[in-house]
Amino acid sequence: MTDEKISVPPLRLARRQFTKAALAATGVAAMGLPASAILAQTRTLKVGMLLPRSGFFAQAGQGCQRGADIAAALLSENGLRVELLNADTESDANVARSRAEKLIGDGAQVLVGAFDSGHTAAVAQVAEQHGVPLVINIAAAPQLTEQGYRTVFRNFPTSKTLVRNGLALMKDLFQATRKTPATAVCMYANDTFGQANKAAVEALLPQLDMPFRVLESINYDFAAKDLSAEVAKAKATGADLVIASTRANDAIMLVREMVKQRYRPMGLISPGSPGFYDDQFYKVLGRYGDFVISNVPWIDPKSEVARRIETAYRKEFPSYRYESDAFNVGFTFEAVLVATDAARRAGSTDPKALLQALPGTHLPEHVMIGAPIQFDPKGQNNGVGSAAVQNRNQRPTVVLPKSSAELDPVFPIPAWQGRS
Amino acid sequence: MSFSVPPSVIATGVLTGLVYGLGALGLSVIFGVVRVVNFAHGEIMVLGMYGAALLAQHAGLDPLAAAPLVAAVLFAGGWALQRGLINKLIGRPEHMQFILLAGVAMMLVNLMLMLFGPEAQAVQVAYAFDSFELGPLVLDKVRVYAALAAVLVAGGLSLFFSRTRLGKTIRACADNQLGARVVGLDVPRLYALTFGIGSATAGIAGCLLTLMVDVRPLLAPELTLLGFIIVIVGGLGSLTGALLGGLLIGVSEAFAGFLLLPSMKSMFSYGLLILILLLRPQGLLGKSS
Repeated sequence: MTDEKISVPPLRLARRQFTKAALAATGVAAMGLPASAILAQTRTLKVGMLLPRSGFFAQAGQGCQRGADIAAALLSENGLRVELLNADTESDANVARSRAEKLIGDGAQVLVGAFDSGHTAAVAQVAEQHGVPLVINIAAAPQLTEQGYRTVFRNFPTSKTLVRNGLALMKDLFQATRKTPATAVCMYANDTFGQANKAAVEALLPQLDMPFRVLESINYDFAAKDLSAEVAKAKATGADLVIASTRANDAIMLVREMVKQRYRPMGLISPGSPGFYDDQFYKVLGRYGDFVISNVPWIDPKSEVARRIETAYRKEFPSYRYESDAFNVGFTFEAVLVATDAARRAGSTDPKALLQALPGTHLPEHVMIGAPIQFDPKGQNNGVGSAAVQNRNQRPTVVLPKSSAELDPVFPIPAWQGRS
Repeated sequence: MSFSVPPSVIATGVLTGLVYGLGALGLSVIFGVVRVVNFAHGEIMVLGMYGAALLAQHAGLDPLAAAPLVAAVLFAGGWALQRGLINKLIGRPEHMQFILLAGVAMMLVNLMLMLFGPEAQAVQVAYAFDSFELGPLVLDKVRVYAALAAVLVAGGLSLFFSRTRLGKTIRACADNQLGARVVGLDVPRLYALTFGIGSATAGIAGCLLTLMVDVRPLLAPELTLLGFIIVIVGGLGSLTGALLGGLLIGVSEAFAGFLLLPSMKSMFSYGLLILILLLRPQGLLGKSS
């Protein structure tokens, strides 16, 4: 099996073109077999989707599921039938582990998931034990690809890369607006993701020569009922900038408390975490949610694949908001894309064949901002980029890098009062 | 580290604690009279929260205005639960009551998950983001309103139990069940009434909590546990004790969150609970057995 001769950029092709290309690529056409015979042989890839569709991460998990559904439909058009075996991890690592076992028992040839680092770590152990590949859609804890697993492939930045990109974008923001904060306070949820981000920020700040001094780091319970004490503590530091690593609910509570306690720093920036662009964030906070910035990997507005996904999303899920779902949809789509690409190049859906093909992944045409998807020897894609996404008129808007910017950044943020 | 605490943090702890206290008060009322530990108490509070949320979304009703309506519905629910289920287990081993109510709690949580989904839902009121600014003191308007309402309801309950004939009858029944039967009181009816009052109180506390906390089904077990901590700290069966326990938990959480690590807030509640159990097992205002 040679990767080069079958690396067809599939999403640019119509179905008929793709079939021809695939036949040529696998070399079977030359053998004189009819297309239908070949398609019948190896064209159903059973993808075990592990997502938190209920429980604490349900909103994000359901967004990821929509990405998987679109991927199954669009990628199946390309001659490989993608069959999703869906499992709900219920936002619980133990459930994620047992569901992964069940999916493999049910015939899943590749696992995709699992949104949260803790859940993904549990699934990775199962995948490794059974020799079934796991393509991570979203999970940032560095150790996932540092433990020598043969079966784990991650198309998502590590928390260190996320934070490195996020901090670099902060410098760009200060430069672009010519306003630089002197002090900062960091706030982290005490879950796996939050703590991985904390470790990354603390490790990178001294290296990156950031212009501000961190006055305090505040950890809070990721399932906290409210963040009044936490925000009071942050306010008491008098910091110019709040750097917050949040999820959906705590992002809402954080901003709500900042408004109530009349704490208006120069800016509120996430160095690579979700929350500020969730649908619920806009619904609950309205205009109070504007001007916060998320420095996160983002959909590439110039990607043709991204445009196809957006069209499919708006058609299939008219009651949902694409902009709020784009991050989860994009990365989950890409994870399924990676799996199907491997199956196509391997000419087989057998997990062993997929495992052999995955290290040779090279996908220049994809959805998220960044270099072509490819994996280092540890199974990590190091080319995923980030954008500064600022909420403007209750819509996530790319403001940096300048080459992709839809609007100029606003920094410092305007006063809370008078916005409602 | 500075050990000075901004007055706003203390005030927030007090205001939040009063609402917590009202929630626990319902639990205390039920235990004080019926002698049943209501493991579904948090679930009833969350039902109250959803009641307020639904009335806000569909009728545009402020949770403060919705509270009487929600209380009436939950009173009926509590009454029916006591009459239909719990009364049959009165006099049976305590573990049977625990299991029954734990089962009811699980059913309620799963029912809410089916009906409302797992996502947190916020109730939007016009003053959601407003604050009172009194010099250096910034007071969250919703917390002030919720705490005032909690004090009013607690005061009303206290008056009901101390001044009305029915309230005194319920207290008599709580003090001596056999004596109550001997003088001809309808004890099962009084129990049902008490369970209804406890549930209604929890429902009102739920409505008030909706102003401060986003509602989700999985909040329920957390609120049940919080209720237990508060009534044990304050004294099981004591109305004033429940409010005092709520205040202490609210303030200690705010202090711990501010002075130490916010992620250690819950640890302080449990620490306080252990301390009370060791030094004064009957609770701060509870009667020694």
